[in-house]
Amino acid sequence: MRYLSQFMIALAVLVFVGQASAQVNPTERAVTEESMFEALGTDTNAVAGRVSIPDSSAGNLIKPENKSWASFQVGTLQTLSVVAVVGMVGLLTLFYIVRGRIQVDSGMSGLKILRFGAIDRFAHWTLASTFIILALTGLNLIIGTSVILPLLGENAFGALTSLGKIAHNYLAWPFMVALALIFVLWVIDNIPDKVDVEWLKQGGGIFKKGVHPPAKKFNAGQKVIFWAVILGGAGLSFTGVMLLFPGVAGAAADWQLYQTIHALIAAGLSAIIIAHIYIGSVGMEGAFDAMGSGEVDVNWAKEHHGLWVEQEKAKSAKDSALSTPAE
Amino acid sequence: MARMKFLCDADRCIECNACVTACKNEHEVPWGINRRRVVTLNDGLPGERSVSMACMHCTDAPCASVCPVDCFYTTDDAVVLHNKDTCIGCGYCSYACPFGAPQYPQTANFGTRGKMDKCTYCSGGPEPDMSQAEYVKYGSNRLAEGKLPLCAEMCSTKALLAGDGDIIADIYRERVVTRGYGSGAWGWRTAYGETVAV
Repeated sequence: MRYLSQFMIALAVLVFVGQASAQVNPTERAVTEESMFEALGTDTNAVAGRVSIPDSSAGNLIKPENKSWASFQVGTLQTLSVVAVVGMVGLLTLFYIVRGRIQVDSGMSGLKILRFGAIDRFAHWTLASTFIILALTGLNLIIGTSVILPLLGENAFGALTSLGKIAHNYLAWPFMVALALIFVLWVIDNIPDKVDVEWLKQGGGIFKKGVHPPAKKFNAGQKVIFWAVILGGAGLSFTGVMLLFPGVAGAAADWQLYQTIHALIAAGLSAIIIAHIYIGSVGMEGAFDAMGSGEVDVNWAKEHHGLWVEQEKAKSAKDSALSTPAE
Repeated sequence: MARMKFLCDADRCIECNACVTACKNEHEVPWGINRRRVVTLNDGLPGERSVSMACMHCTDAPCASVCPVDCFYTTDDAVVLHNKDTCIGCGYCSYACPFGAPQYPQTANFGTRGKMDKCTYCSGGPEPDMSQAEYVKYGSNRLAEGKLPLCAEMCSTKALLAGDGDIIADIYRERVVTRGYGSGAWGWRTAYGETVAV
């Protein structure tokens, strides 16, 4: 018994000494900010640990990488957006000065042919009106502080932008519905084919008077717009919904990525749509009617969509042949 | 004028979370929002350290640079504050912040972000100092009362320091020299582009 207790004491002393010697330098392996930053290297992850609050993302202590998103946001992105929009307006002005309004060479015939029915026009104008508001409220987020804020002052600009945010969040939904509708209605006429190659070779006849390469319902230029709108719109929709539901999208790094993609697509698509608006209104005589009344002048149609007019004529000839009673 | 900063001496922090609680109580911070939090690094491993973190009131604050309505402003004490009347709750400041400071009550459409809330360095907002309107939106204004932020003032181990950057850096430097070690002024390099050299 005596030996046992002596042994126990000796053991306890040994353990104590062992512990004491392990604690000589309590900070030997302590984490330091420097070592944790070095461990991060080029990785974009945060210096992170554990938190006792429910929000586990609060465990990210320091994320220096976020600052590069911030500087991209106020630097490159602003510049790109301004260049895309102002650049396109500049190009179109130049084009208008050089080429002028594209006229119907053979003059207006006075005869009309139906190009877009009510559903087509409804889908188009829903998409168009929502896109314009979405684009303007979106652009306001990027350049508003430098362009509109000085004019309105902080309070009015804040209130306006707040309304803009609400409009942006809600109008996104009719935009997506109209986008889907447009896709279903027009995809069949927008599949690229051989006619487009010839159309593109002749530059669409855009740059030369009197040149009218053949085209079906949609020419190659319109097909480019169609696919830009469909693909760009789908990209905007996906990233936009992710930004609306940040909890679903993930964490800060995901939001940054989605926001960047969203803004870049928006800048590009805005430039394309500005060109589309130009050619559909002031840029070309007779073009607006297609989406206005839905009926275009036959001479305009023959010049710009020759093959389509022939198709329509053949169709109506067949219809009337069928409806003519047999004698 | 002083250049106000926070400095958390991680070698003193015992992760008691009293700074978090004090902050929530002092400012009646909304449910689900923590203006300050304590993060434990290398938890359970040798060399574990805890750091109390809130808005660092950065020099050239990235939140302010990305704000689409320019609702941020920097006070004479170099405290970064924001105007909740102007804020639209877009979330950009939270994307830009390296410290995860900006947070949002879930009150807006689709249950997403309301007006942003973050640490005010206990110095309120743009409303008149110590007014009820200021208290409701931003919490109490201790700086106007001549006091420093409560989180640091009541820290039991004096791990969390608040005050003029030069003074708290000197205190920290002296501690490091005296005890022979220090894990660094967490966040300083990211927030102010400099750290406390010892």
